[in-house]
Amino acid sequence: MTDRARSERRLGWLLCAPAAIAMLAVTAYPIGYAFVLSLQRVDLRFPEESGFVGFDNYSAVLSSDLWWTDLFNTIFLSVISVSIELCLGMAIALVMHRAIFGRGVVRTSVLIPYGIVTVVAAFSWQFAFAPDTGFVNQLPLIADDKDWFGERFSAFSVIIMAEVWKTTPFMALLLLAGLTTIDDGLYSAAKVDGASAWQRFTRITLPLMKPAILVALLFRTLDAFRIFDTIFIMTGGAQDTQSVSILGYQQLISRLNLGLGSAVSVLIFLCVLVIAVIFVKGLGARQPESGRA
Amino acid sequence: MADIVLDHITKKYGDGYEAVKSMDLEIKDGEFMILVGPSGCGKSTALNMIAGLEDISDGELKIGGEVVNSRAPKDRDIAMVFQNYALYPHMTVRENMGFALKLAKVDQKEIDRKVEEAAETLDLTEHLDRRPANLSGGQRQRVAMGRAIVREPKAFLMDEPLSNLDAKLRVQMRTEVAELQDRLGTTTVYVTHDQTEAMTLGDRVAVMRSGILQQVDTPGELYNDPVNLFVAGFIGSPSMNFVHGKVSGNEIELPFTTLPLTEDLRSAVGDSDGREVIAGLRPEHFEDAELVGDHLGAGVTFEAKIDLVESMGSELYAYFDAGSDQVDKVEQAASEAGLDELAGGDTNQIVARLAPESKARRGETLKLWVDQDRLLLFDPETGERLRA
Repeated sequence: MTDRARSERRLGWLLCAPAAIAMLAVTAYPIGYAFVLSLQRVDLRFPEESGFVGFDNYSAVLSSDLWWTDLFNTIFLSVISVSIELCLGMAIALVMHRAIFGRGVVRTSVLIPYGIVTVVAAFSWQFAFAPDTGFVNQLPLIADDKDWFGERFSAFSVIIMAEVWKTTPFMALLLLAGLTTIDDGLYSAAKVDGASAWQRFTRITLPLMKPAILVALLFRTLDAFRIFDTIFIMTGGAQDTQSVSILGYQQLISRLNLGLGSAVSVLIFLCVLVIAVIFVKGLGARQPESGRA
Repeated sequence: MADIVLDHITKKYGDGYEAVKSMDLEIKDGEFMILVGPSGCGKSTALNMIAGLEDISDGELKIGGEVVNSRAPKDRDIAMVFQNYALYPHMTVRENMGFALKLAKVDQKEIDRKVEEAAETLDLTEHLDRRPANLSGGQRQRVAMGRAIVREPKAFLMDEPLSNLDAKLRVQMRTEVAELQDRLGTTTVYVTHDQTEAMTLGDRVAVMRSGILQQVDTPGELYNDPVNLFVAGFIGSPSMNFVHGKVSGNEIELPFTTLPLTEDLRSAVGDSDGREVIAGLRPEHFEDAELVGDHLGAGVTFEAKIDLVESMGSELYAYFDAGSDQVDKVEQAASEAGLDELAGGDTNQIVARLAPESKARRGETLKLWVDQDRLLLFDPETGERLRA
């Protein structure tokens, strides 16, 4: 390596350093600290009993039914809401892409739900479905006294609706970005080749959007897996609707058991890591390929 | 295979703009028809209407005797080659070429056979399992052609298929396209803005301007017998020289010389003595008077001061001043005929194509000869050619 190349490389590292240090401070450090805490008995109610306990906290979490119920809830909510978001988001992306007039208005109005604070959105949906004051029970075909939050799966359905309403725009936006990279000429060619509208969608649009779809799914799945606000507002975890994030919150904040809570956090982190690895390695969500020939 | 008939085809957009105005064109079975014109002349729109990619606002389109106005592209049995090739990037060459057949539910063995046959013809056999991104420009162009020929359609529609290639490859592919069309004998409509492609490829050439079909003829006829200023200026390279002329008895006074009028031209301009016209003379109909030899009598010689000489090796372009103070009139007529869209809009300069042996020198006066029989006259008001 020449001197010039070496000094350029050193300059490169120096220029990256501030960003790298910032990243380490706000991500690596908390994660590392959570891991350290998770190996200890740290309960703020019994500070004198603190001490290293190895993986005891993990075995406590993994052997409790609560963790497994919450994990099921989280996966269930993630899979259902992300699937619905993908279908709706794709439809909205296609509409936004094809909109001939009022493009700006369409795109802006679609994005409004995403711009609303999750807690506020959750409250709106909760009020709408409240058995006594909400308007939903006034609608025809719905029992006037239906208690949406009094039962597990009806509570789930409202939570999913709120989640879908709130985050579909984000999905649509990511998909739209993928859609715009596809050359319009390909559709002309496919029309001449005899492809129907549906065939053009399945044989041209979908394969060429695969990278964008995988990236959108990755982002949304990671997001959905950490669901907290909506459940916290609507049910507070009652009726077996708790997610793993709520479990971690309860251990850490309500019960002040930092060791056990940190073990839950680390386990959530590992789940998220597994999801990311599956998407990136398994399904090949790498850099988007160019849609042009 | 089939003939294609455009009967008063019109394309009008929502804002009232007419891209193609009442176009009449009959393309015979097996014919290689070129649509040529400057950009924005409506040639691609016309092609897209034949393909079914754009709706026809008015008029009737027949392919093989059947009216196809309201048919989707897939039901017209045509294949198209696009300017940017529009190859499907996620498919291999084999899949790209077989896509239409697969959609038509042709048996897979049959698809393989046809694709391999076409690949053989186009020298693509070894690239069949590669993706378009890994091919060179020329290979992609061939794949686009292959995708069209495997379908054995009634007609090929080609939209500037060679314009994305570099100059050398374009010439080579031009020959290949011509050979291919000749061998397959499939009716072909080919859009280009390049008049060299138009002249060399087509059985007949349709020249368009501003959505209006100007003239449909064989390349030779377009060159020798253009109907108006636009066609005369568009066909031929370098472009035809236009100068202001004034009829005086049996002669016509040009800014740089006076030419005798042939019988035909005499009757074309009518009796009106002193009539003003636009005279068109192609660069190749000039010559260095010293090199003309025996033909000297068939033309007129005059002296001109040469402003610029460009040597091409095989020929020499000499520019001289038209010396006219009435240039404005020619310019006006030329711009009305749309010639300002063409390269070399400087009507004040005359270009003469001379043999390379010519002694033409910049700044020197040269004795030039011009072939009086090749003179064309145009009406300065309408731009129409004046004929007997």
